[in-house]
Amino acid sequence: MSDEPLDEPDTTDATDSTGGVADRLRDDLAGLDGYRVALYAAILGMTVFFLTPIESGLVTAFKTNPGGISSTLPFAPPPPRFFTLEKWQTAIAALGRGMVNSALYAVPATIISALLGSFAAYGLTQADWRARYKAPVLALLVAGIFIPYQAVLVPLSQFWGAMPLQELLTPLWVLGVPEAYTGLVELTITHVAYGIPICMVLFRSYYRNVSEEMIEAARLDGATFRRVYRRIVFPISTPMFAVVLIYQFTQIWNDLLFALILVSTESSPAAPVVLILAGLGESMEGQDFALRMAGAFVAALPTLIVYIMFGEEFAEGVAT
Amino acid sequence: MRDFLSKTRTRLRRAVAADAESGDVGTDAATATDREPDPDDGTVVTDGGTAAGGDGIVDRLNDRFGEDFTESAPFWLPPFLLVGLFVYGAIAWNFVISLTDYQGFIGPDYSDLDFEMYVRAINDSAVIDATVNTFLLVVAFTAVALGFGLVLAILIDRNIRFENTFRTIYLLPMSLSFVVTAQFWLWMYNYNNGVVNIVLGTVGIGPISWIGNSSLVLWAVVFALVWQFSGYTMVVYLAGLRAIPTEHYEAARVDGASTLKMYWRVIIPQLKGSTISAAIVLMVFALKAFDFLYSLVSGYRPPNGADILATKMVREAYSTNNWAYASAIAIILFLMALSIIGPYLYYEYKQGNL
Repeated sequence: MSDEPLDEPDTTDATDSTGGVADRLRDDLAGLDGYRVALYAAILGMTVFFLTPIESGLVTAFKTNPGGISSTLPFAPPPPRFFTLEKWQTAIAALGRGMVNSALYAVPATIISALLGSFAAYGLTQADWRARYKAPVLALLVAGIFIPYQAVLVPLSQFWGAMPLQELLTPLWVLGVPEAYTGLVELTITHVAYGIPICMVLFRSYYRNVSEEMIEAARLDGATFRRVYRRIVFPISTPMFAVVLIYQFTQIWNDLLFALILVSTESSPAAPVVLILAGLGESMEGQDFALRMAGAFVAALPTLIVYIMFGEEFAEGVAT
Repeated sequence: MRDFLSKTRTRLRRAVAADAESGDVGTDAATATDREPDPDDGTVVTDGGTAAGGDGIVDRLNDRFGEDFTESAPFWLPPFLLVGLFVYGAIAWNFVISLTDYQGFIGPDYSDLDFEMYVRAINDSAVIDATVNTFLLVVAFTAVALGFGLVLAILIDRNIRFENTFRTIYLLPMSLSFVVTAQFWLWMYNYNNGVVNIVLGTVGIGPISWIGNSSLVLWAVVFALVWQFSGYTMVVYLAGLRAIPTEHYEAARVDGASTLKMYWRVIIPQLKGSTISAAIVLMVFALKAFDFLYSLVSGYRPPNGADILATKMVREAYSTNNWAYASAIAIILFLMALSIIGPYLYYEYKQGNL
């Protein structure tokens, strides 16, 4: 798509751009056509590198197994005689309930952890209390991001095993919800707890740059701490909420470890999509790669859509 | 506690009396009586209580910790307690479990604590191998992803066309689940039909059994993880590059430095902060590679030669029910992580970023 402007550095484009190294170096490089060619060749080469596994997966998902898979190149589109939609149907049938289950815990967990992260960040940036006491609270929260989850797994199993959650949720079972859905409630709370640190850090970097005058003026006018949050801080947090919600949603949707520990079997009616996908293809006559690829795309669909629509916010969430 | 209750009661009485006196038996007194006895809800006490006298526990807390301490507590305290319970409480509990002999289906016996499991771990060659693999994976993955991401960032930063499109493509794999990318790479590494072997075949190499060969599989995994996460490093470095003032480039140019030299001498040294924070996050991702390895084989036992502490720990716990042993391995993993994160947090603290 971008091979036309290869060897003519476009001056208008360069001045429009919002500062980059090349801006300053443009004079050096204006004459170097060979250099521009090499640059774009490298960039396109990288594009191929990043897209090949995805492209290869996508075309494979439309091929028959084993005929189409073994007699065509893995990155070539399927010729008509090897083309099939059957794998997609199978994948959607196998993963459909998993998609629903994943959404059932990923959406609430995302929203709650973002809100709590925002609360914590607000209470730890805009509130005026001694740094000596604030720092350890902050340090413990920040360190929570980096904990390898293996270090909490056994207690987590013990904790949820001892919690009478199943009894507490009796009304749900009476309504006909399978009892296995306790696992999804556990997953929601677990993801909220482990999601708070990263949300807090993202919001904190944002709140630190919020204009202090506005908040101070409101406080001097007698607004309570809580009121300032509701009337000022929460409304201006909208862009950061977009970033955090997008980032958290992909993280929670994509996570396998907690799903595996708390729901454990892919045959459970409450199995999240990643758990079913991890076992897909293996269970059916050897390794059906066409089915695996179709399944991978079905499972990745929500995060892909979110990413394509909100790539900027995702990049921002990642970079902070 | 009793002291506090009696004070609250006196204060309540005073508040109610004052309200009755002024003839305003309205909402204020009602809210005050409703809420004040609840010692957890610090904010409300301040709202209604400070006027009644400066001797409440709230004021004493505020005197000690700073003026907004109790008022802001409802915001930061619940999340903090939740994290405290699930992260630090769980780690402490995990440590205690690692001192027991807990295995099988009968609960842990906390009366007999010793370091037996750690002794067993040190003498277990599988744990040693897993530790070495974890170390290799973390170091190799972090180093390669940093270097590769820096190259990507510099390429993207050379004022190219469709910059955003390329950046989006490079970062795309990061939005995917380990479970999904594991499927892609299993297919890429397929012996007969995988892209990797077909491409290498055109230059006369292979075919190679990437997943089956125990001395190659770890590097194959590292390569796949680099594919997934170098977009992340690129984004971090890009932000770092754009924060460098223009003068630095100009100064280097005036000095007659070549482009390569300029990057090496002037630009890269200024990316230290970006490098450190990216490296920390990459290491954390590497420690989470469990999801990827699990999905490669759809099971607890990763391919021979790719067992890391994270997979070993989960296997011991959930496949063979050696809970105490698994907890001990988890503590080893935690200490490895801590040895990286501790200095990092201290560094951030010293830099004033905490």
